Order: sequence, then C-alpha cells, then structure tokens
Amino acid sequence: MSDELMDYDEVLKRYEPVLGLEVHVELSTASKMWCGCPTTFGSEPNTHVCPVCLGLPGSLPVVNRKAVEAAIRIGLSLNCDIAKWCRFARKNYFYPDMPKDYQVSQYDEPLCFEGHVEVEVGGVAYDIPIERVHMEEDAGKLTHVGGLGRIQGADYSLLDYNRAGVPLMEIVTKTIHGTGTAAPQVARDYMEFLRDMVRALGVSHGRMERGNLRCDVNVSLMPIGSTELGIRSETKNVNSLKSVETTVRYEIMRQGAILSAGGRVKQETRHWNEAGFTSPGRSKETAEDYRYFPEPDLVPVAPDPAWVEELRASLPEHPSKRRARLQQTWGVTEREFGDVLAVEGALDLIAATVDAGCAPAAARKWWLTELARQANDLNVPLEDVNITPAQVAEVQALVDSGSLNDKLARAVIEGVLAGEGSPAEVVASRGLAVVSDTGALSAAVDAAIAANPDVAAKIRDGKVAAAGALIGDVMKAMRGQADAAAVRALIMEKLS
Amino acid sequence: MGQQMVLTRSEVAKLAALARIELSDDELDDMATQLDIILASVASVGEVAAQDIPPTSHAVPLVNVMREDVVSWTPNAEGVLAGAPVVEDGRFRVPRILDDDEEA
Ligand SMILES: [Zn+2]
Repeated sequence: MSDELMDYDEVLKRYEPVLGLEVHVELSTASKMWCGCPTTFGSEPNTHVCPVCLGLPGSLPVVNRKAVEAAIRIGLSLNCDIAKWCRFARKNYFYPDMPKDYQVSQYDEPLCFEGHVEVEVGGVAYDIPIERVHMEEDAGKLTHVGGLGRIQGADYSLLDYNRAGVPLMEIVTKTIHGTGTAAPQVARDYMEFLRDMVRALGVSHGRMERGNLRCDVNVSLMPIGSTELGIRSETKNVNSLKSVETTVRYEIMRQGAILSAGGRVKQETRHWNEAGFTSPGRSKETAEDYRYFPEPDLVPVAPDPAWVEELRASLPEHPSKRRARLQQTWGVTEREFGDVLAVEGALDLIAATVDAGCAPAAARKWWLTELARQANDLNVPLEDVNITPAQVAEVQALVDSGSLNDKLARAVIEGVLAGEGSPAEVVASRGLAVVSDTGALSAAVDAAIAANPDVAAKIRDGKVAAAGALIGDVMKAMRGQADAAAVRALIMEKLS
Repeated sequence: MGQQMVLTRSEVAKLAALARIELSDDELDDMATQLDIILASVASVGEVAAQDIPPTSHAVPLVNVMREDVVSWTPNAEGVLAGAPVVEDGRFRVPRILDDDEEA
C-alpha cells in the first residue's frame, strides 16, 4: 500500500462522495442458464459441462425458466419495471474463462429497469436508485500456475468450466448521491439488504464467502456544491459486507488526498486486498469495445403480464419488516436482537428452529452459545455447523419433556455434531436419557442422606441451601443422568 | 463503385485488432474492399423494406422458448478433455494470458 490518504472527516468537509454499485448474484437453480448441467459447488473439475457450456460448435442454448423467474422476482423486490420484451446480447471478449469467447448477457434491453430501494442507516433513510437488473452467465474458474499463482508472471493457466454458464444476475444502481459521511455504511447496508433479499426469495444461497454475491464498487468525489461528477475508480469483486464498507472508505480517503493536492484521479479498475486497501489494476483510459450484438441463438423473452403479477403477489416479506416482526414475536429487547444479528446467519437458523416448534429463548440460547462456539472453533459459518434447526428443536423438546437435563442435552448436541446421527439416535446409542425410574432415584437420594448425616440435619433445620451438596452426590451416583430439579424436590420431600 | 465506403479501412483494422486477427497492409486493403461490397449488398435490403417493417434480429417471430430447471446431462469428463490440446489435473491448460508488460 503506497497511497497517500487524507483524513476521512477532512475529505467529507470538502467533497461529496458519489457511489455506484454493481452486484453479481449467482442463482441457486438446479441447472445452468442455457443447459441441463448441474450447478453444484465443489465437484471435480470439468465434470459439470456439456457442449453448450463449453461453447462447442453446433450446440444451442435454451433459457432456464427458473432463472428468468428469479430475475423478475429480484426486479420486483427492487420496485423495478419489468420489460414487456427483451433480448439477450453477446458481449465479445477474449479471455479463456469464457470458452465461447463471448458472454451471453443483456445490453440495452435489460429484463428489469428503473427501480429503487430504501436503506436505513442510523435512523436516516437513503434512497438507492436502481438502473437495471439483467441476466447473464458466470464464467469458468482459472488457476494460474507459476509465478506467485497470480495471472501476472504465471507460466500458464488451468481451466475448470464447471461454473461456466451458471445463471448470474447483475444488479446495477444509478449514481447514489447525498450519502455524505454515511457512504461506506450505506454501501454495506445496501449489500446486506440484497443478500437478505435473495435469501428470502430463495433464488440464491447468498453466500458471499463463496462468491455467490460479489460487488463492483464505484466511487468518485465531487467538490461540495458542484454538480459535475468526478472521475471514478471501480474496485472489482469485493466479496464481504465489511470489505464493501472499507473499500468505499479507503477510496474516499485516497481520492481526497489526490484531489486536494490538485491531482487528477485516474479512471481505472482496482483490486480489493484483504489487508484493507485497494490497489491499481487495469487502466481504463480507453473504453473496452465488447461489440455487443443481439444473441442470434436465443429468442427474445416477453414475460406474460399475468405471470409477472402472479410473481409480484408471491413476494416474501421485506427483510427489515421480517426482522421487526421476529423481534416482536420473540419478545426480545433491541439489545438481545442485536446479539442475534451480530452472528452471521443466526437469524435464519433461529427462526427455522422456532418454526420447528422450539421456544424462541431456547433456540436463541443454543445457536448463540453452544453452536456459535462450535462454528468458531471450526472456523466455519454458523449455517455449516453439522446440525439442522429441526434437530436443535428436537433436542429442546427432549429437555422440555424432562427426558434430558441441560448437561445431557449438550452431550446430545455434541453427538449430533460429531456425526453420530439424529438426537434420538445419539440418546439411544450413548444411553443419555434422564433416569425417570423413581425407584433408582429414590434409592440414590436415600444413600446420599445416609452418607451425609450432618448435611441432612442442616436441611431439616431449614437451611435449604445445603441441599446443593446432596444434589451433587446424587447426580454423581446417577452419572449425571438425573433431573436436578426432580432430585431437589425428592430431597426436600424426604427431609421435611 | 463510385459510392462512399460503408466501412473504412481504419475501421477494418480496428475490428481485426479486436478479433485478434493479424492482417498485412495488402490483406487489409483486400478485406476492406470485400467487406464494403458485402455490407453494401446487405444494405440494399433496407431500401426495399417498408416503414412498417421494423428491424429484427431473428427470422422467425418466436418468443419465450424456455426449458424447465431440470438437471439432465451425461458426465463425460474424459470425452470433454479428449479434444483439448493440453490437459493437466483434469483441467484445460492454456498458455500464459498476459505478457510481462501487460497489466492484470
Ligand atoms: Zn452444460
């Protein structure tokens, strides 16, 4: 990092940041955009390919209806107009990640256009104008060999086309003005909104760390009071919420330093670096010429207005409305709800656990303590922990019915996480159920009283707190498989 | 021909560069002339098309040809790679993409 940076607040005193965000969303359809190849992540290279997605001569693409439907639903969620008729276009470029030497995309006839969405930051609502949502296809995956594993200095490159042709939606904003000092947060929250939205729509896994959502971040500055847009930089493929925020902040400070020293911002694409800065990439002094033309192998898409209205009527709840509703039905404070939101993925998992019949408090407890710890130890997202919301609800149901105490429940969870099967299977195989045989429990309590006559005397005298020692002995004798409350009740009954 | 060129020589040179096709000066002259004749011939269609015939990108007025989202493919990794000049590690191997002085 060699850039001069200007103090953030100083820049904002003199310049107004202008943003433009282009977000690519990889859809979670079963098959690819133009062919029947599966879209499953993480398979052996070049196994999910066919003549169509390899661009072999004579092959013909056919549009995936589900992808068109997903695009329309995304567009409707962003308050867009839906085109009555639109075409696909070829974007021609030479790069081996596209075996056809062109990407099928949309050019001047996007499926969805002219939308807007509101993002709230610190109690202030910012209107994000949406220019378009269009359909295209993802590219293959390159591995560079030699050099430092980067394209620059590599000896050669290897290609896996499994991802080539996976449906990709591009959501493009118009220039976003008037965010002022909130610009980095607005960009982040907009991205978060999109992620939550595509998940709620069920059209994408929305996993940013897997590249399901990637953002190209355009930032420019204009002197306050000016109406002329500054020269922008475009930072490519930013793939976490935090990075989107940091990119905007960094670019504001970098461009602020250049402009206030009388310099000129270079129009270029930049790379995002995990260490928290951007670095120069390809210079864009000459605009690329993609020679777009209408795709001759695909016929136009003309969505039936009745279909569009049907899709509009079935849109899910807006993510922010859903949050408000969940907070209310769970009866939690702002702070407690904040704890839920702070853990990536926890909201959906807890909601699914509650839907499976678990009390909200218990669902929150399991996901935010035991399971969050597990995710942390394994360094995986919470949703990748090896237990389903239904299984968590099942464990809690066993606790509620008195079959498990807290300690045993944790052992059951541990067993499920270790791949020993469902909660019921773990209970059976590890022999973990609370002993409900009152005969055995009664005998253990009697033995504990007999072994601790002093303690028993204290309890008889009304020193109830002393019961803890006896409970401990009983639990030990029962190897933990007793309900502490039941043991306490039995002791009190016998010594009263 | 006596008509003005539809496509200039410099435009053909630019197209050749975009298409990564190297043309000598002679070839460029030849191509520019030939392409110009082809374009002029095709343009004559516009002269006979009436005002009420809009430009089209397809010969058949079809829309909404779509398939259901169903997986149907035959795994054929070996066949897929068989036609590639060089294969490594189950992947297509391609020559270095950027020259030393090119920016990523
Ligand atoms: Zn395919």
